[in-house]
Amino acid sequence: MKSLRVLAVLICFVSLTAFTITTDGGYDIGDVATDFSLENIDGKKVSLADYKTAKGFIVIFTCNTCPYAVAYEDRIVDLDKKYASKGYPVIAIMPNDTDVKPGDNMQAMKARAKAKGFTFPYLMDEGQKVYPQYGATKTPHVYILEKSTEGNIVKYIGAIDDNYKDAAAVKTKYAENAVDALLAGKEIEQKTTRAIGCSIKTK
Amino acid sequence: MKRLLLIILFISFSCKESPKEVPEGTVQPEIASTFDLEIYNYDGLKPLINKTDDKVHVVNFWATWCAPCIKELPHFEKVKAEYEAKDVEVLLVSLDFPRQYETKLKPFIEENQIQSEIVCFDDVDQNRWIPAIDSTWSGALPATIIYKGNKRQFYEKSFTYEELEKEVQQFLN
Repeated sequence: MKSLRVLAVLICFVSLTAFTITTDGGYDIGDVATDFSLENIDGKKVSLADYKTAKGFIVIFTCNTCPYAVAYEDRIVDLDKKYASKGYPVIAIMPNDTDVKPGDNMQAMKARAKAKGFTFPYLMDEGQKVYPQYGATKTPHVYILEKSTEGNIVKYIGAIDDNYKDAAAVKTKYAENAVDALLAGKEIEQKTTRAIGCSIKTK
Repeated sequence: MKRLLLIILFISFSCKESPKEVPEGTVQPEIASTFDLEIYNYDGLKPLINKTDDKVHVVNFWATWCAPCIKELPHFEKVKAEYEAKDVEVLLVSLDFPRQYETKLKPFIEENQIQSEIVCFDDVDQNRWIPAIDSTWSGALPATIIYKGNKRQFYEKSFTYEELEKEVQQFLN
């Protein structure tokens, strides 16, 4: 009888977890991420396929106007500096509707990238077609992809680290740990985390 | 209630604040700190968003810099005004950064004469408290919880007044 109850609880838990994962829409861990062709701040189109020698990507949905995204700017630059040479470049995508958030328009993106010394592409999700496929809901929102013969596999979704306020006080660097694990050919310990952020702005 | 009193006090002070009327040597009241904010980490916030009384609780996570939050804030104020007598309580949980408490949050509360209860939530361990607050919350703002006893609903979205009222009414019936 007792084991039956345990089983019932277990089934309940499993279905709850499954439900949680599927309600968000977008990618789960293990899915193949779509490639895209989006305009960069230099006017050129960028696709993941352009990166012939990359082992994977740190795709970050971010913007100029969200304080959480701004708080992470320097750390995003650091991620690219640390991992681009190891085969995991940062690809930043700005997903907001720029009529709703003029502070995120291409001109503002250019200015912000220049001011902060972005070393990576900062792409406009023109028409807002890419972020829903990924299932991004907010800025910043990180997707770490690993290149494989089947495509770019989603390996990590979530936060950059565990302290949006103070980089110096971070205890766990979720994104770095994930890339380190991929580089070492090991299993990522925390494949999904939650990050606070600003809702992606739509009309 | 205390804050309301202080706001009234503040307003009455501001009315008298014309410099000409202040006699020399009078100490000006420290207007900027006429009320204190209540600041909580997740452990402190938890009991405030899990009350076990018979009231309907509407909890809104917001920040002064969050445009959709500011847009919908009057709707929460209206719910408080219209439904307080029906045992509906509104709690506004501000996620403003601490460095902006004095420069942004307090002036916002004063200028808009916010009537709902406001608490500040300051806890960096996002991966701990986001799923704890609701398993489906991806972490985007604004977000709202409506609950009464064991019945609980979470909304990761913006509301019109009509939408919000409809949800609140579900808990009243």
